[in-house]
Amino acid sequence: MKPHDWVQIFLYLGILLAITPLLGMFMHRVFSGRRNILSAVIGPLERLIYKMAGVAPEREMRWTEYAGALFAFNILGIAVLLALQLTQQWLPLNPQNFPNVPFALALNTAVSFVTNTNWQAYSGESTLGYLVQMAGLTVQNFVSAATGIAVLIALARGLTRKSAETIGNFWADLVRATLYLLAPLSMVMAIVLIWQGVPQTFSAYVAAKPPDGIEQLIPLGPVASQIAIKQLGTNGGGYFGQNSAHPFENPTPFSNFIEMLAIFAIPAGLTYTYGLMTKDRRQGWTIFGAMLALFLAGFAISWWAELQPNAVTGLASNMEGKEVRFGVMNSVLFSTITTDASCGAVNAMHDSLTPLAGGVALLNLLLGEVIFGGVGAGMYGMLVFVVLTVFLAGLMVGRSPEYLGKKIEAHEVRWSVVAALAPCVCILIGLAVACSIPAGSATLGNQGPHGFSEMFYAFASAAANNGSALAGVGVNNNFYNYTLAICMFLGRFAIIGPVLAIAGSMAGKKVAPPSPGTFPTTGFTFAGLLVAVILIVGALTFFPALTLGPIVEHLVMGAGRSF
Amino acid sequence: MKTFLVSLRILALLTFVTGIAYPLVITAIGRAAFPHASMGSLIKQDGQIIGSELLAQKTEDPLYFRPRPSAADYSTVPSGASNLGPASNTLKKAIEERRTVPEVPSDLLTTSGSGLDPHITPEAARYEAARVAAARHLPVEPLIALVDQFVEGPQFGLFGEARVNVLKLNLALSHGASAGH
Repeated sequence: MKPHDWVQIFLYLGILLAITPLLGMFMHRVFSGRRNILSAVIGPLERLIYKMAGVAPEREMRWTEYAGALFAFNILGIAVLLALQLTQQWLPLNPQNFPNVPFALALNTAVSFVTNTNWQAYSGESTLGYLVQMAGLTVQNFVSAATGIAVLIALARGLTRKSAETIGNFWADLVRATLYLLAPLSMVMAIVLIWQGVPQTFSAYVAAKPPDGIEQLIPLGPVASQIAIKQLGTNGGGYFGQNSAHPFENPTPFSNFIEMLAIFAIPAGLTYTYGLMTKDRRQGWTIFGAMLALFLAGFAISWWAELQPNAVTGLASNMEGKEVRFGVMNSVLFSTITTDASCGAVNAMHDSLTPLAGGVALLNLLLGEVIFGGVGAGMYGMLVFVVLTVFLAGLMVGRSPEYLGKKIEAHEVRWSVVAALAPCVCILIGLAVACSIPAGSATLGNQGPHGFSEMFYAFASAAANNGSALAGVGVNNNFYNYTLAICMFLGRFAIIGPVLAIAGSMAGKKVAPPSPGTFPTTGFTFAGLLVAVILIVGALTFFPALTLGPIVEHLVMGAGRSF
Repeated sequence: MKTFLVSLRILALLTFVTGIAYPLVITAIGRAAFPHASMGSLIKQDGQIIGSELLAQKTEDPLYFRPRPSAADYSTVPSGASNLGPASNTLKKAIEERRTVPEVPSDLLTTSGSGLDPHITPEAARYEAARVAAARHLPVEPLIALVDQFVEGPQFGLFGEARVNVLKLNLALSHGASAGH
């Protein structure tokens, strides 16, 4: 722990704290349809898109119509991305002449990018042509992120409107998130990344011939444009197989800092947007505080674990799977951030992290990706936990639970439980199946508890829509391609459905003024309760499985045992 | 049906904006503003592309500095890592084989995340300088001095770790050597 490490950490937190209200205010203006600083430039394009698509942006939707539009758009996205991959060898912009992608892998990848998971059972540089990367994957990087933000905004409208029937217009939310927020930020970030050394070209791969060395094929492509949105949209799907560890995706420590900041920027900003929508900024800051506390705790444990000498290999510094330019601190800061937010980009191999640092990454996935979380998805997941917390607090003090002046009733609690438990069910059933049949463990890259962790992490990553991996396990086979595709799909839409249902029912409720008996949903007490509920749900569900993986590995590794 | 048609139109329009216009605009800006970086930071010698500043190359010649070990043997298409856990037998054995003497720096004992890490730590570069000097029948001091010239501190004095780019160092070494002959 050098002083220099602390400077970087405080700089990161300081900048994050500073941009949260700025981005938050901007997003609030965008989603309420008010004029903002980009209106003059982007407004005409936005209106042109509505006109060409036949959309009336002011026409409000009930929650069922909103959900229908969202599902239609996402299913179509899967179909188009699947088709692009299945036919890429006949399409233009494929200078390396990569063949068509096999069906199981193509389906997995299509579901993966549409659900904002960006799990990758392939290496981009040896599988996908430039057209699929940009017109397929880059597009879903944008619109899956925009979908997540749209759901959050719809939920926030539902929670804050009084006796309303509608929760907004999906098309308007989707287009605004893409055009005003994601596209401009991505443009700026892509240019910064090119400056730092990320390639951006349509030239074919280049063969380099060192004077007395071995010929090296240098992969290129429109990389920077994809990496920018990959980070900002908490997508995480690398252009290259080694993701942000690859020097072409993350060439310098500064590019690394920007990439880390980009992951948390929008999820953090949305807490402030939420505060503005509820007309009580403390609502946003309380949630921000709960998220920050969980993030800092996870990072502290990971960092400490990575600095312990390894009793098995005798290494003082755990540099396996890490890059010299980042070192240990920037690698575990990245691993904590990317698993808190459902990003899944990696700048070091999570499979080679120490059991506790890898365990924290896994736990972050298991807690439901609510520690800042995916863009929109983290905040709506957190609001599900808020509803549960309010309900539990109501039970404890013996009052009917209320949130923002509205009664929380059986209907909302039921849907909240569905949303909170859907990923848990996918993870535990998937893991149990993987453990029981040969196909599950046939391709493991490690033995003993670490091999178990590889399977556990795969299902957790898919169901939590994260996309990072303990990548030693070979997942490009029918078993993992299909089972993980199912988990990714349910992990996304079995939450979005209930969340929109809650939005719809809450929108219709009346607001009662707060009374002296109202349980406040701001401040330290509530933040503490919220954190406790998140940890208890996560721990009760997964503690036995965690014991078999990272916990036992940590204990026996300390005793010098290897596998 | 109407919802489906609207979906189709919105997807087509957003594909045009984010999947075609956006990468093209970024490519044009990149080419104009950062021609070297946007093309992969290629290094040319006598008109011939010999590598990229950002990607390690397999180097077996004892007369040169070597990059960190690579689990994928410096493959670029695809790149790869060991993905071995910290208590793995395979990792333990690999590290024992690389640890020919007790003082090998840990970045030279371990493989990187990309398999293409272009850097080694300054300690590793100074450690390798002794081997390179012996192979070249040179005193070690000028090599240490060369390494020190190539140590990059934290970026902007703030970010990341001190490091040495192996390919750049080797190029300087080969220029120096040919100038000396």
